Amino acid sequence: MAATTGTNGSTGDSHWPLWEVFTQGAQGQPFEHAGSVHATDAEHAMQNARDVYARRGEAVNLWVVPSSAITASAPSDAGPFFDPGNDKAYRHPQFYKVPRGVKVF
Amino acid sequence: MEQTPNAPVDESALNAAFEAKIAAGDSIEPKDWMPERYRKQLTRMMSQHAHSEIVGMLPEGNWITRAPSLRRKMSLIAKVQDEAGHGLYIYCGTETLGVDRYDLFNQLLDGTAKYSSIFNYPTLSWADMGVIGWLVDGAAIVNQTVLAKTSYGPYARAMVRICKEENFHKRQGYEICATLANGTPAQREMLQDAVNRFWWPSLMMFGPSDKDSPNSAELLRWRVKRKTNDELRQRFVNLTVPQAQAIGLTLPDPDLTFNTATKNWDFGEIDWAEFFEVIKGNGPCNKERLAARNKAHDDGRWVRDAATAYAEKQKARAKTEAA
Repeated sequence: MAATTGTNGSTGDSHWPLWEVFTQGAQGQPFEHAGSVHATDAEHAMQNARDVYARRGEAVNLWVVPSSAITASAPSDAGPFFDPGNDKAYRHPQFYKVPRGVKVF
Repeated sequence: MEQTPNAPVDESALNAAFEAKIAAGDSIEPKDWMPERYRKQLTRMMSQHAHSEIVGMLPEGNWITRAPSLRRKMSLIAKVQDEAGHGLYIYCGTETLGVDRYDLFNQLLDGTAKYSSIFNYPTLSWADMGVIGWLVDGAAIVNQTVLAKTSYGPYARAMVRICKEENFHKRQGYEICATLANGTPAQREMLQDAVNRFWWPSLMMFGPSDKDSPNSAELLRWRVKRKTNDELRQRFVNLTVPQAQAIGLTLPDPDLTFNTATKNWDFGEIDWAEFFEVIKGNGPCNKERLAARNKAHDDGRWVRDAATAYAEKQKARAKTEAA
């Protein structure tokens, strides 16, 4: 069945671009990935994101980003890629000794 | 080893890493390597789940115009809208497995996709709205609370979101039931009739018995499922019996008895012949549901076309203004 091919040759909504949705739960909090929506343009994506991911005041702000614009790290390379951050104990406060009984902070 | 375009990927090492992750209780994310079979099983489960949310709007949508008060009507509209949202959360999760929602939609519309058998039963009275919220959403919560810990990250996260919202569904359903139970004899009778019709189909929502569930062992091993169908069904019965007793309802099962040794409510044999008939497409409303979904999809086409046309026009206008 030709379910969603429109009369003028337009295709169904799922062939609209995919947008990733980020929500900010409250002022001052970081934005967090909520999911995705299909939409024709940014304004439409914003409206769909509100209806799908913020029906109960879950967000005070929204970001929508074309999924195709996101570059993600590859899990297979995660070891070597993040390695520079894993072997530097001196970047953590626990690395440093303080005289007993002194409160540094 | 020299890499050539056709060099076989060493799947055994990848598979070992995958199994180790599963064993450690880590979640699997979209870009992680996963066995083709895991991907396939999840696509099947998640798309069926998404379809169920969408088709689940129909039996209740049927009563929106006939809700007995504005308060009930607002709640029912909000609940049906939530079901649409839940469908979209899970479709979005399914797309991370590399399928297109467009194809999934079409499988639903042309009748090749499966969805929960419960939605192929008719909603004959207002009491059905109460009983669906209480029993059907109640059963869904039992199932989804466990799925919130499933090994596939996007599915688990969609379930966390859904579980938060389902609690409103169940409570609004139980409130309707409790109100009718305190009502006139005719209202009580209407409620009991709804319970009589929905009790067994609700138990069937957990799927076939473990001994007839071919996919279960593998899904449990991969931590896609965390409990068997029968375990979840038992948990639902144990939770629901006291809720029925509290409002003076009789569950339509003469074999329902409390087992003091196991602390479970033992229940009678489910009519599996009926279950498999409904799954095959021969339930009371299978054809009606598919026809309604297709009609809604076709009737909405002009909206989709208009949105597409508007976006194209905006894009063209932006181009002219830039030039």
